[in-house]
Amino acid sequence: MKRLLLFIPLLLAVALGVVLFSGIGKDNSTLASALIGKPVPAFDLASLQDPDTHYQGDVFREGVVLLNVWGTWCPSCRVEHPELVRLAREEGVTILGLNYKDNRDAAIDWLQKLGNPYERILFDPQGKFGFDLGVYGAPETYVIDGDGIVRYRHVGVVDDKVWREELKPLVDQYRKEG
Amino acid sequence: MRALLLLSLIGCLVGFSAAVQAADDTYPLDSAQDRQRFETLTRELRCPKCQNQSIADSNAPIASDMRAEVHRLVQAGESNEAIMEAMTGRFGEFVRYRPEFEPRTVLLWLTPLIVVLIGLLAVFLVVRRSRSAGPGRDSPISEQERARLDAWLDEDSDTDSPRQPR
Repeated sequence: MKRLLLFIPLLLAVALGVVLFSGIGKDNSTLASALIGKPVPAFDLASLQDPDTHYQGDVFREGVVLLNVWGTWCPSCRVEHPELVRLAREEGVTILGLNYKDNRDAAIDWLQKLGNPYERILFDPQGKFGFDLGVYGAPETYVIDGDGIVRYRHVGVVDDKVWREELKPLVDQYRKEG
Repeated sequence: MRALLLLSLIGCLVGFSAAVQAADDTYPLDSAQDRQRFETLTRELRCPKCQNQSIADSNAPIASDMRAEVHRLVQAGESNEAIMEAMTGRFGEFVRYRPEFEPRTVLLWLTPLIVVLIGLLAVFLVVRRSRSAGPGRDSPISEQERARLDAWLDEDSDTDSPRQPR
């Protein structure tokens, strides 16, 4: 019995080792958004294509949407762009764009060349709304439900796999609930 | 062509170093206390993009946005707690180099203590075991053996002579 007691420290050390070891190799470059479960921060931003049209929070009250943060300065955004176009055209996904710290003319030019997958595009040249949203790089894609609550954030390129495995299940789920 | 490339490269470098130098004077604050606060806060906040740099050290665009916001809030007279909260509200607990003590961070804070306790427990158990295994009343020898041993010891102490092999 006493002999067994001697193994307790070893067991504790092993348990601690297992916990710490399980953290090794985890992808820690993508952070969960601090806004998960919270409403989209308040904003008042002009439309990218039309400076006179302003959007506020109610654009997120019309059903489940993807909010895609992009800029023409961002090479990965170019990589994911065809997939966004496909999602909008073939899968009927509503995608809102947040044109982040970009130049209006360059952004419009980009859409004309590559196609426009966005239902609306919020123009955020100073990155103010992006900052409130906790954007720390582009591209980022948020799942926002019909009540304007942030449900998920994907940092990095959206490709077919990300869509099928991460985003689509959530979009389907919140569509059902909403 | 090559000359043009070189020239534009030099242009970039000059522009870059100018931008870096300018960063020092970008955040003017009136009181020394506020300057100190700004300094401390930007060192306490971790850049979400570059992750092993504070926002004071990082050149990432997001770090400079965060510096600007901290500066704005310090100037507006917000408390340190309020500023930290404004940042964690956007970017999560991750941006604090010293996270709050909460269920999620219990292991982070308590691991040193746990390790020390494991060590103490190990020492305690080893000491206790070696004591109880030492010469004790309940030594596992038979009565007969004990008698023989006692006789032997008596013999030795009487004669005070070197032990003889039997």
